[in-house]
Amino acid sequence: MSIFTSGYQARLDRRRFFERSLSTVAGFGILFWLGINFAKSPSQFFQASLIGLSNGVLYALIALGYTLVYGIIELINFAHGDLFMLSAVFSANFISIWFHKTSSGPAAWGIFLMCLVTVMVFAATVNVGIERFAYRRLRRAPKLAPLITAVGVSFVLQFIGLRWNGSGPKTWNSVLPAGSFHIASVSIPFTTILSFAITAPLLLLMSWIVTRTRQGKAMRATAQDQDAARLMGINVDRTISFTFALGGALAGAAGLLFQQTRGLTSYNLGYQLGLIAFTSAVMGGIGNLQGAVLGALLIGLVQGLNDGLPIGLGQQWSQTVVFSILILLMAFRPTGLLGKAVTEKV
Amino acid sequence: MTMNILKRKAKKQKQSASHKKWTIGFLIAALVIWVFYTYIMYNLPDGPQTIFQNWLPPTTVNEAMVWVICALGLNIVVGYAGLLDLGFVAFWAIGGYSAGWFMSTFFQQANLHFLSPKDVAKQPGIHFTFWMVLGLGGLICAIFGIIIGAPTLRLKSDYLALVTLGFGEIIPQFFTNGENIAGFNLSNGTKGISPVDNISIGGRILGPFDFSWKFAIFVFLTAVMVFISLRLRKGRLGRAWLAIREDELAASMMGVPLMSTKLAAYAVGAFSGGVGGVAFATHVNGVFADRFNFSISIILLAMVVLGGMGNVWGVMVGALLVAWINSTGLPAFGDLVNSTFKTNINFPSYNFLLFGGVLILMMLFKREGMIPESRLKAILHEADDTTSNVGGAH
Repeated sequence: MSIFTSGYQARLDRRRFFERSLSTVAGFGILFWLGINFAKSPSQFFQASLIGLSNGVLYALIALGYTLVYGIIELINFAHGDLFMLSAVFSANFISIWFHKTSSGPAAWGIFLMCLVTVMVFAATVNVGIERFAYRRLRRAPKLAPLITAVGVSFVLQFIGLRWNGSGPKTWNSVLPAGSFHIASVSIPFTTILSFAITAPLLLLMSWIVTRTRQGKAMRATAQDQDAARLMGINVDRTISFTFALGGALAGAAGLLFQQTRGLTSYNLGYQLGLIAFTSAVMGGIGNLQGAVLGALLIGLVQGLNDGLPIGLGQQWSQTVVFSILILLMAFRPTGLLGKAVTEKV
Repeated sequence: MTMNILKRKAKKQKQSASHKKWTIGFLIAALVIWVFYTYIMYNLPDGPQTIFQNWLPPTTVNEAMVWVICALGLNIVVGYAGLLDLGFVAFWAIGGYSAGWFMSTFFQQANLHFLSPKDVAKQPGIHFTFWMVLGLGGLICAIFGIIIGAPTLRLKSDYLALVTLGFGEIIPQFFTNGENIAGFNLSNGTKGISPVDNISIGGRILGPFDFSWKFAIFVFLTAVMVFISLRLRKGRLGRAWLAIREDELAASMMGVPLMSTKLAAYAVGAFSGGVGGVAFATHVNGVFADRFNFSISIILLAMVVLGGMGNVWGVMVGALLVAWINSTGLPAFGDLVNSTFKTNINFPSYNFLLFGGVLILMMLFKREGMIPESRLKAILHEADDTTSNVGGAH
């Protein structure tokens, strides 16, 4: 018996050593790459990081929806990215068509804020509806069933997007103030500042709801053990609906921000961004809220640096870089950066 | 006790009898279609011939057979072993590019010929015979299947789906950007590799419009895949796969080696995907990077799920049906409706709604698929029995 354990221990040690040395080498490689890029052109370095971070904020909003839903019912909600897409299309229509605002100005900013509230309600409602009609019945079914249903829902949402937005991408005028200011030679657009300014309170509010309120407590309890939560008098169905509403509202805000900062909508937007957002959620440790935000910012940063630095793989390899990170992370640290190791419930 | 054994024996006989029936049905259907497209179709009067050209042209039938081959491969991974694979398009792409590499003039600098068709004997490039490329493409895919599978083995099912999805994104992007891998043109980028060599069989060279003979070849490949699937299912490996699908922990406690069994599922599934990829490359006479996108993986999954996971015949029917609807059925139906009712509805754009709706409805009401495997049906409905499931929240 002792031979077994020591052999096992040795193997584990060897493996740990291998993983550790590999990650050290990779870490130094990345530092070296960043270093030479920084030396070559510091302003470009900061510019790329800024673009990356402003993408990362968007990813964070979407990633939180994934992580919330996964945390509570262990479902990869493939439709979440498409909900984001639908919100972007909704906001474009709301601002530019229903309220005819195509240029910046105080009235347009008012509409923008109105749209923020409306689109959050809209996306939350859609998400709750999806949960009610598609996922709820499958809560006790084998995992494959809800996952495939989510893919189906994603297709239906894409269809709605296709009908609503047309088959090609559409460009829109932003109502946010254009222009930028400079720090040294790095230009910082006002829209970036604005998206930080809108996202940060949303994230704080979210974190407050989950950690401080009664409803948040119910969410955490349901995530831990549905049956026990039910026995403690928690309305599990309503709690899960609430979680979907919360995730949906954040995706709605992300949709508006994306549409206004990029000025672009397209029916197949959700799939790519959703995938990246989910990658960030996994990177931070799925089910972990701070982790999702951290992962999203990191992924955004990596993408921004890869796309924008003078010595890099360039934009055409962007997806490959993101997904390679995902796969390496899954292989060596499946719990994510901030996740704790959990044994699977048997 | 004996009663039970007898019952089980009877059930087994019933199962193999049903397989026999399906096999005969499949061969007869294939023969009928082949005879029809070789001898009858082009001798029909114009009216009926147009109907067939509109509703069931030979190219659709051949393409559907390619889908069947790939779906059968995915069925081994998803249906037998229960490992959700959302990036099967990667194998299709690798198979396609093996055809592009080993049976075309793409590698100008090389000059390799092996049993190649006579018409390319003088051309530069690598020209292997179609049959060898089939095996080669399959093997390359199997190796990639193991490479993709290896890092995922420690993971839970959802993460595994995600990693396969990641590979399904990376590999097509690799081929799209592959015209300059450190200065070497590996895939000709978005332009793709075209044409690939024709298939030569017994000295006869099949041109691009020789649909019925290609159909015969594709049917043969499908039959081989069905045979492999059914034999594996019955054997030690197949039973190990089912055990893993049903309860991984219990299976490992019973001595099923999880690692090698899962990798075998990936390898066999990927092999089939590679064969399908090579077949598809000869069908469309080239490989084009932009064809390999996520929707292919999803459509394949839909085929397996709709047909009936784990049941080769169900998967085959599902694949034929979905492939037909996708390529011909929906547009043809749209044309019919538009011309009769003088409307102008773009039916193919309803594709998303149709697939999405069908996936959701099937999962809600008929989880086991159209032609279910009895064992899987029992498992999938286990959870509906809520009285016996008080404690389990998983």
